[in-house]
Amino acid sequence: MDHAIWADGLVKRFGETTALDGVNLGVRTGTVLGLLGPNGAGKTTAVRVLATLLRPDAGTASVGGYDIERQAHQVRQLVGLTGQYAAVDEMLTGAENLLLIGRLLGMPRPAAKQRARELLSDFDLTDAADRAAKTYSGGMRRRLDLAASLVGRPQMLFLDEPTTGLDPRARSELWSLIRRLVSGGVTVLLTTQYLEEADALADEIVVIDHGRVIATGTPDELKAKTGSQTLAVRPEDESHLPLVTAVVGELTKSTPELQGSRVTAPVTDPAVLPAVVRRLDDAGVLVTELTLRGASLNEVFLSLTGHPAEDGDGDEGPTEGSLT
Amino acid sequence: MTAAATTAPPPAELSPRVGLAEGLRQTMTLAWRTIVQVRHNPWELGDFSIQPIMFVLLFTYVFGGAIAGSTGEYLTFALPGIIVMNMLFITMYVGTGLNIDLTKGVFDRLRSLPVARWAPMAGRILADQVKQAWSIFLLLAVGMILGFRIGTDVASLLAAVGLMLVFALAFSWVSVLVGVLAKDPEKVQLFGFTALFPVTFVSNVFAPTDTMPGWLQKFVEVNPVTILADASRALMLGDETTGTQWHVASATTPALQSLLWAAVIAAVFAPLSVWALRRRV
Repeated sequence: MDHAIWADGLVKRFGETTALDGVNLGVRTGTVLGLLGPNGAGKTTAVRVLATLLRPDAGTASVGGYDIERQAHQVRQLVGLTGQYAAVDEMLTGAENLLLIGRLLGMPRPAAKQRARELLSDFDLTDAADRAAKTYSGGMRRRLDLAASLVGRPQMLFLDEPTTGLDPRARSELWSLIRRLVSGGVTVLLTTQYLEEADALADEIVVIDHGRVIATGTPDELKAKTGSQTLAVRPEDESHLPLVTAVVGELTKSTPELQGSRVTAPVTDPAVLPAVVRRLDDAGVLVTELTLRGASLNEVFLSLTGHPAEDGDGDEGPTEGSLT
Repeated sequence: MTAAATTAPPPAELSPRVGLAEGLRQTMTLAWRTIVQVRHNPWELGDFSIQPIMFVLLFTYVFGGAIAGSTGEYLTFALPGIIVMNMLFITMYVGTGLNIDLTKGVFDRLRSLPVARWAPMAGRILADQVKQAWSIFLLLAVGMILGFRIGTDVASLLAAVGLMLVFALAFSWVSVLVGVLAKDPEKVQLFGFTALFPVTFVSNVFAPTDTMPGWLQKFVEVNPVTILADASRALMLGDETTGTQWHVASATTPALQSLLWAAVIAAVFAPLSVWALRRRV
């Protein structure tokens, strides 16, 4: 199958920091690639290199068959970019922001206005169209930002942490917008810190850490690698901890971990949770917490790298440091 | 999402570069954007409309009598210089606006679009020229209401305005450099005013040079603000200044010196700014 985006051995250094240390990746046409990693892993740098905003120090990459260095202008005609920070002109209205992009892309004024109207209506911003963007909420800004990257109907969309900082409702709205774009045939490169998000949107996931690709696969393959879900139980009365530990240990056939007054254990069998509930009920143990959750990014990292995801600041070296 | 979200079929051939005409059109669009911003940001309009008018009123009616003996005469001498001073302050908007674009990510968005690499900067500077022209027009109009009279002709007046716009064009690069180096827009403003106040006040805009102590005169005489103010007075007032401390015999020398200053400033600061910008993005 053909690749809309292809990167081979990308290296990018900022002074002493190596943000990308030989990154290879491929995104098949019409699919979503999730670039997953903690802060500082090199996600933003990778996107900026592929979007022609930064020149790589080594390696090659092509977007839509065009070389990102030698044919940057062609690449820019194919790609829509939505950065980590909603890059809209706060002093212009929503409509003016989209009109500006349309005009810059060479649309005649009436066509650019028409396109702005369509997008504002699609992104549920019609009522706010004539208000300055500085009055928008975070979710509205992100929607306007995404709309701005779609003015030219790009074949490819680069989304750099599109939902960071959004509340759950705004996040799920944005997810469904992205899904609709993909069903319209757009190829998406998405960076995220959330396994959940990559899982929800991506056909394939590339996990990067310290500028290197450490795992590649479908969400299911990746989850299979990182194994199970985690059961957590917190008894109301701490004196029940030994009993809870014993029950959880017996039913999950593992040695539970004790974190404060919470007992956690890995679970693979879906029958465990109801069994735990029954046994604790029979024993008259009241619990304040009883959860079963999927592997977190931290657990993915732990199992892939042997170290937890470091939450370093200054993601992607100097670019972010100087631009925030 | 209906029709709007669907992808257009891939264009058969993508153009390999931006043509000059296309780049100029993009520059116009970006200049339009900067002008439209003012509509949503009335305080900025106040900054380059009301503030200079306040300066004219303040200096004419509060200090004018003491400095020149009569408010009317003082207005005649001071207005061309005040216009020059105001021009320098307005160039700071180039840096402020650029800094906002850099910090908010708008600059990256523009660079990710298939537009000429020089268009964002050219658009800003073009918009600045529009603001400059507006401010010069406004100050001349207010001055005329208060009794200011052009002592030369339309051609000389246009030459004065043109000279100021050329100087503004060159000085914009100083503003660009500050805009690129500053961490946030407030710092651009702060730097601009801190640096521009001494440069503009220590000139012959408000008082004649020979009333100042000798050591200060040396600075005032080479200060481009003085030179440009001299050129503007000569071009706007002509013989009306004969016999006063502000009299400049001919516009030619200060006008040429102004152009030389503009060339030097542009030659130093344009490459520096481009270099700093490359480092930052």
